[in-house]
This record gives sequence, C-alpha cells and structure tokens, in this order.
Amino acid sequence: MTLTVFYLLSALSVFSGLMVVLSRKAVHSVLYLVFCFFTIAGHYLMLNAQFLAAVHVIVYAGAIMVLFLFVIMMLNLNLAAEAQKTPWIKISAVILSGLMLLVLVASVKGAEELSAAQPQNDIGLVKNIGNILFDKYLLPFELISLLLLSAMVGAVLMGRKEPQPQNE
Amino acid sequence: MDTTEFLIKLILVISVFGISLLIAMYSTYAERKVAAFLQDRLGPNRAGPFGILQPVADGVKMFMKEEIIPANADKFLFIAGPSLMMLTACMTGVVIPWGGELTIGRNTFNLQITDVNIGLLYIFGVVSIGVYGIMIGAWASNNKYSLMGGLRASSQMISYELAMGISIIALVMTTGTLSTKEIVEQQSSWHWNILYQPLGFLIFLVCAFAETNRTPFDLPECETELIGGFHTEYSSMKLGFYLFAEYINMFISSAILATLYFGGYNFPFIESWGLSPNAVTIIGTLLFFGKIFFFIFFFMWVRWTIPRFRYDQLMNLGWKVMIPLALFNLFITGIITLWRNGAF
Amino acid sequence: MNILQTIPLNHYIMLSALLFSIGAMGVLLRRNAIILLMCVELMLNAVNLLFAAFSVHHADGGGQVMVIFIMTVAAAEVAVGLAIIVMMFRKAGTTDINLFDTLKW
Repeated sequence: MTLTVFYLLSALSVFSGLMVVLSRKAVHSVLYLVFCFFTIAGHYLMLNAQFLAAVHVIVYAGAIMVLFLFVIMMLNLNLAAEAQKTPWIKISAVILSGLMLLVLVASVKGAEELSAAQPQNDIGLVKNIGNILFDKYLLPFELISLLLLSAMVGAVLMGRKEPQPQNE
Repeated sequence: MDTTEFLIKLILVISVFGISLLIAMYSTYAERKVAAFLQDRLGPNRAGPFGILQPVADGVKMFMKEEIIPANADKFLFIAGPSLMMLTACMTGVVIPWGGELTIGRNTFNLQITDVNIGLLYIFGVVSIGVYGIMIGAWASNNKYSLMGGLRASSQMISYELAMGISIIALVMTTGTLSTKEIVEQQSSWHWNILYQPLGFLIFLVCAFAETNRTPFDLPECETELIGGFHTEYSSMKLGFYLFAEYINMFISSAILATLYFGGYNFPFIESWGLSPNAVTIIGTLLFFGKIFFFIFFFMWVRWTIPRFRYDQLMNLGWKVMIPLALFNLFITGIITLWRNGAF
Repeated sequence: MNILQTIPLNHYIMLSALLFSIGAMGVLLRRNAIILLMCVELMLNAVNLLFAAFSVHHADGGGQVMVIFIMTVAAAEVAVGLAIIVMMFRKAGTTDINLFDTLKW
C-alpha cells in the first residue's frame, strides 16, 4: 500500500518535472512545477515530516511560484514565442543529463547500504525541528536572516526604476 | 479506523461542506439586505416571503446563462481557474473545530473533522495557494483587464500574507501550539486571545479582508477601472463559482477569526450554568456560529461603508503600515513572553 | 511504523537523482531565463527530498533543518534572480539567455 502510493507520487513528480522542461508555454511550466512541488510535499508527508511539508507548500507553492507566475504575467511572455536551441544542442543536452543520471545511479549502486537508525516517528514535528534549529543551528539561522535581508535590499534596489537622465 | 468512526467523519465532512455552501448562498442574500439597510432601501423582496428565495433564483439564473469560452483562451486552464478557487475555498473548513465533544450512546465524537498538529500552518498553506485560482483564470482568459486583475490579486495577496503570517506567529508565541483545537481549548471561559493579542487581531482582520478580496481591498475586480477584473471573460456557472468562492472564503475567514481570537465555541461562564456536556457542546456550536455571523455581517458592513483604496495606497498600507505594525507586535509579544517566563 | 521499513532508501535516492537530472536537462535545453531559474528550483528540490529522506533514515532532525535553510536560500535566489530578469527584460525586451552575453550596454 505505502509502496504503491510512493510509486504513484514518484511517477507524478517525474512526469510533472519532465513537463516543466518540455512545455512550450512558460505559464504551463510554472503550473507543472507547482504540481511537482505538491507531489514532493506528499513525499514529505509520507516521511512523516509534517512541518516540512507545510512549510514547503507555503514557501514554494505559495510564495516562490506565485512570484514566477507574477513575473511571467507581468512581462506577458506568452505572446513572444521562445527561441529554440539548435537540434544538436538539444540532443547533446539530453545525452549529457542522461549521462549524469547514469553516473549518479551507478555511484549509488556500488555503495554499501547504511544501517538505519532506530526509527523515530516524531523528528518531523514542529517541536523537535524547533529544538534542533534554535539549539544546534542557531548561528546559521541568524546568518540566513542576514542573507534574506540582503536579498530583499538587492531586489528592491534592482527593481527600482532608474532615474531618468536630466535633459539640459 | 472502524466503520462507526468512518461514518461519523463522513457525516461531519458532508455537513460541514453543506453548511458552508448554504451559508455562502444566504450570504449573497444577506449582503443585499445589509446593503439595502445601510442605504435605506428595501433590498430583494420579490422571490418568496421577504425575498428569501432570492439565492435560489440567482442560482437558477446563473445555470441558465450561456456558457462562453473565449476563442483565444487556454481552455483547460480557463476551466481549472474557478474550480481551483472553489476547491481551496472549501478545503480550510477541515481543521476548524466546530464544537466540543458530543456523546451519543457509548460513542464520543469530536465536532472537528481532523485535528492536525500543524493546523494553523495548514490554514496558512491553503490560503497561500488560494491565489492560483484567480491567477490561472486571469491568465487563461487572454484579456488585458483580466491580466491586470490577476496581477493585482497576486501582488496584493503576497503582500498581505506577510503581515498575516507575522501576526499568526505572535499568536503562536502566546498559545504555544499550532493545533486549532488546542488554541480553542486554551481560550476557555473568558481567556480569549483578543485580550492578549489586540493588535495582532487588528492586523489579522485587515489581512483577512485583503485575502478575501473584499472591499476596501477589492482592487482585483474593481469595476470602474478593470471592467470586471479577473472574471471579465467568465460567464454562467464559472462566474458563479468565482462569486460563490468569495462568499465561502468570507465564511471561512470569519470562522478562523472566531476560532483564533474570539474563543471558538467557548463562552464566558458557560460552566457555571450546570448543563449536561452535550448541551454545552450544542450551545457552544451555536454560539460559534453566532460569532461567525457577526463577522460576516462585519465584512458586509465595511464593504458598504468604506470606499475602495487606490492601488498605491493599498501597497503602502500593506508594506509600510501593516508589516512594521506586525513586527512591532511580534517584538512586544516576545518581550512579554520572556518576562512572564521570568527571563528578566 | 517507520516509512523507510517499507520503502527502501535507495528508492528515494533514485527519485532524487532522476529529478535532479531532469532539472539539469532543463537548464541545458531551454533558453528562457525564467525557465532556467525554475529548473534550478527543481534541482534544489531533488536535493531537499534526499535530505528529508536521510534525516528520517538516521533519525536526526538536522537534515530537515537543512531543508529549511535550502528553502530560504532558494527564496532569496528567486527574489534576486527575478529582479535581474525583469531588469534585463526592460533593457533588452527579451528573456532569451543567449542574448545576455554582452557585458555592457
């Protein structure tokens, strides 16, 4: 049962991931990616990482992808057809990524199976995540807030209209 | 899960769904009546006694209208937009505790469909994906005005979600839990969160108006500038879905407001009346709906009293007033929490 | 019951590898800068999934905290990246990545 759900979710994630790459229209890509993120949230739920699933949906589906959709709609990209790469580049792109997959899978094939720790069902709960976050990872947590601040300042600075040069 | 439990849950799901639809339906009637009252008119009074059948008549009219899909529209997304809007509107009701516990025979059951331990995050997640219904519909219409409406909706919702999230964090700091059930139980008797988080409540209320696209924040569908906003191209029942989803959203937001800040199904001094537990539960649920109706009325009251913002005013309010206020509230809440825990 | 007793960890590794490769393929294949950014997001998510799976496997919450950090970095990246793309679009009228090879306008 669990395995079936896993396979179903995985098939959906891979399919929507492929469609992100292959869709002609940018908006369709965005929507497929949103769908892909929902399947990944499903994976998190199956791993009993509930907090992660909720945050994933809020941050990715609720904020980041809305931003993408917003920019695509604002630039109105559906009017201009996207220029395509030459067939040779496309074929080599597919072959290269296939090779990469091959290498990744091959490196796992030879690896020893790690022995699993004693299963604990509650590590994904808010309480435990919070304890770890504010105990062991307090410094990275503070640093990441600085990163967010600088990103915000940068985005605002770049998004601002440049002052028009004065005509004398 | 055994059969009785499953049946009870099924009944609960269906009744919550049915009640939301029914209340949304009669909200349209109530909205007209409230508008009429505030503008010193009579309002709908032709269909049935006091015009009580007006929503039915409206529904029939909606169904009978011609179904138009614009020639250059993206057909699948054009249909997906309103459906998604309706879906997200109906999804939030799952985690709201509609009442305490009922005991029938030997079975005790909870008047909440499911008590997720991240209930608040769930609500926030569903609210944050609610904007897709509008954006997809707006983009699929392939219409300038729809596109503008969609853009406005998305930027407005993202901006106000931030302030809403920060005010929720302040609330979570005082309650110490994300489960809606526990939040309500902590507010027993008169310990309502509005007393501990007045500023947070104000911010949450304003953001709830913005998230449901109600006046004074109904810029996405502002008639005078954008024809009909994101639903310009919609007709028949698809338009009906958009309008209906707005009322369901309003009902659900009222329920969330009552749950988080107004004690949910709790009421002061109800324990001292010496009633049986079942009676307390039923009275609590009725009172909960009373609070919800009050908030729905408040939504309408504001809509027919306050004019619409200009777009830059809306953005200024969101980013320059709401977010700093929410941060200030968070700061104060943090200090008080530390002080109560004996940090100073 | 632990999920990883029914689903081997290898399955998660394979899925992540697949998603990561798809993202990489997208980066190589497409020319629209916005789609490139989206493909990078997909790759980050593949890594996230692996972090979460290993975190459950080792019964250590550190992996999930790392996912939260990655999400934050992704959000910052998207904010700055999209701002750059919007600015490029204003200047050049396109989001085609091949036209962005000049250093100065």
